[in-house]
Amino acid sequence: MIVTAAPPPSLRPPPSDQDLRSLLLIRHFELALLRLFEQGAVSGTTHTCLGQEYIPVALTPLLRDDDFVFSNHRGHGHFLARHAEPYGLLAEIMGREGAVCGGVGGSQHLYHRRFLSTGVQGESLPVATGVALKLAGSGALACAYIGDGTWGEGAVYEALNMALLWRLPLLVVVEHNGIAQSTPTSAQLAGTIGARAAAFGVRHHRVTSTDVEEIRAGLAPLVHAVRAEPSPLVVEFVTHRIGPHSKGDDTRSPAEIQRTRESDWYARYAEADPERFGRIDREQLALVRQVTAEVTARPLVVPPPAFQERP
Amino acid sequence: MTRVSEHLNQALHDLMESDPAVHLLGEDISDPYGGAFKVTRGLSSRFGSRVRSTPLSEGAIAGVGAGLALAGDKAIVEIMFSDFVALAFDQITNFAAKSTTMYGRPVPVPLIVRCPTGGNRGYGPTHSQSLQKHFIGVPGLSLFEMTPFHDAAELFARMFSLDRPCLFFEDKVLYTRHMYRLDDLFRFELAGDTARVFLDGTAEPDCTLITHGGLVHRTLDAMRALLLEDELVCELLVPAQLYPVPHLPDLEEARHVCVIDDGTEGGTWGAEVARVLYPRLWSGLRRPITLVNSADSVIPAAPHLERDVLVQAGHIQTAVREALS
Repeated sequence: MIVTAAPPPSLRPPPSDQDLRSLLLIRHFELALLRLFEQGAVSGTTHTCLGQEYIPVALTPLLRDDDFVFSNHRGHGHFLARHAEPYGLLAEIMGREGAVCGGVGGSQHLYHRRFLSTGVQGESLPVATGVALKLAGSGALACAYIGDGTWGEGAVYEALNMALLWRLPLLVVVEHNGIAQSTPTSAQLAGTIGARAAAFGVRHHRVTSTDVEEIRAGLAPLVHAVRAEPSPLVVEFVTHRIGPHSKGDDTRSPAEIQRTRESDWYARYAEADPERFGRIDREQLALVRQVTAEVTARPLVVPPPAFQERP
Repeated sequence: MTRVSEHLNQALHDLMESDPAVHLLGEDISDPYGGAFKVTRGLSSRFGSRVRSTPLSEGAIAGVGAGLALAGDKAIVEIMFSDFVALAFDQITNFAAKSTTMYGRPVPVPLIVRCPTGGNRGYGPTHSQSLQKHFIGVPGLSLFEMTPFHDAAELFARMFSLDRPCLFFEDKVLYTRHMYRLDDLFRFELAGDTARVFLDGTAEPDCTLITHGGLVHRTLDAMRALLLEDELVCELLVPAQLYPVPHLPDLEEARHVCVIDDGTEGGTWGAEVARVLYPRLWSGLRRPITLVNSADSVIPAAPHLERDVLVQAGHIQTAVREALS
């Protein structure tokens, strides 16, 4: 079953150049990554966020430098929206010089400034709760991206319980794309995420829009309250994963995949402002090609000290 | 004389007084209850919100501690019974320990997970275990155990100075024992990290025993019986750091080595000690290192059944006597 997003309202401000740049950087980065995998140029695994790019792009201006962002296995978009450093990210994924985590963490384990990702579902929420405990009252918050599948993990409920009891500035961003790897929401999640949040007395906000400005306008006062009160907030995005879970492992029917494409921001924004969109699209595509060519040609990363000698 | 639980309590008071970055989290640790074993008594009254009684959520408590550590503070987490640390296994092994190196640079995670542990109190299969063995060999994770010979404040300071998560086991039977008090036959000294307990004025012992803090008194009972009944002289080494296994002093001349470990048989701390010692001592060993463990069994609640499963002084005495016969 695919959760269908509301059709986009016809009148809304177009995304800024900066937002388009960020959206298209992520889109072309992820597409390039899938191509590199097809060519055998990248090892291991990867999880692209095709179709979901607008979520971190919408959130980024609502976050402050002293906020702590936690990400998950599908985290390239979260990273690039917060830190437009595609060279360091691709180098990390390819184990090349300039890797943001020395090639040790790879796609799913990034720690850069105040951005941290881990590869175990739900693991980050208790950690984010601890960070929020430290940040409470400072005006900063801890933001954690999770998916709909993550709600199967008990850690989510332990963390939400504490975050409400202790009034912590914890912003939980749920990217509900209707499918947990290959399992549809209807087969893995009883009830609703909203009702689960409500059971803890945690505020819940459901976003069906895929428009960055509209999302921001709705979220700004809520995120402000997370900081000011402070209090936890669950923001659930009804979204769509256009690409596979990982690489070539999409078991959905062509019709289902086509339905996900219908809600993609890409065609809509291209149509709304063809000249400006086309210019930025070409510019970001060229950037990603340059990043890919340069990083691919870099030497393998030198092992960090901890990995240079075995005791 | 100070009991071990009072000594630990004082060490926590001193630590929180001297370092405002330290937080303490755990189930029922606040006053007036002060923790299931009263080790945290008085701390919440004195240090306010830095001491938090938490919901029953061992995984999240460990994660919150790691988060505080990641954000620049320090955290001590109390697991009410060490058996429940299994619920925090992911946070400890997959997050806190790995984070120290998996991001390609050293990331400090000053986190201590206190684990009241061990049996001989009739608490039954899920409140009596010694789970140290399950945490051995995790990159980025160190294991320590309270002993009657080591100053707890120094151990806390040392664990935090490692900048990586540490599990700190505290045997529940040890809580009511006195610090630094020994059977009058024996004396002890600290040789680096390791406490050495020996019979005053004797030459080389017949056997060198190695054990962890919770087994000290049962081992001393065995040493006394071996001396008086079997005329065998034993020396005992008790490291506070269990893993990585530290350098254990003076073993090159040992006539026989016996490692005693309260964990159930199979994949044990004792086996890890032996693994480290074999290459070092191989040329001088006269026979294999003796390993004494609890039985491969759940730990029964009925005291007479529990006694048979866990390591007792009699088991140690028999094992040493048979090895040397």
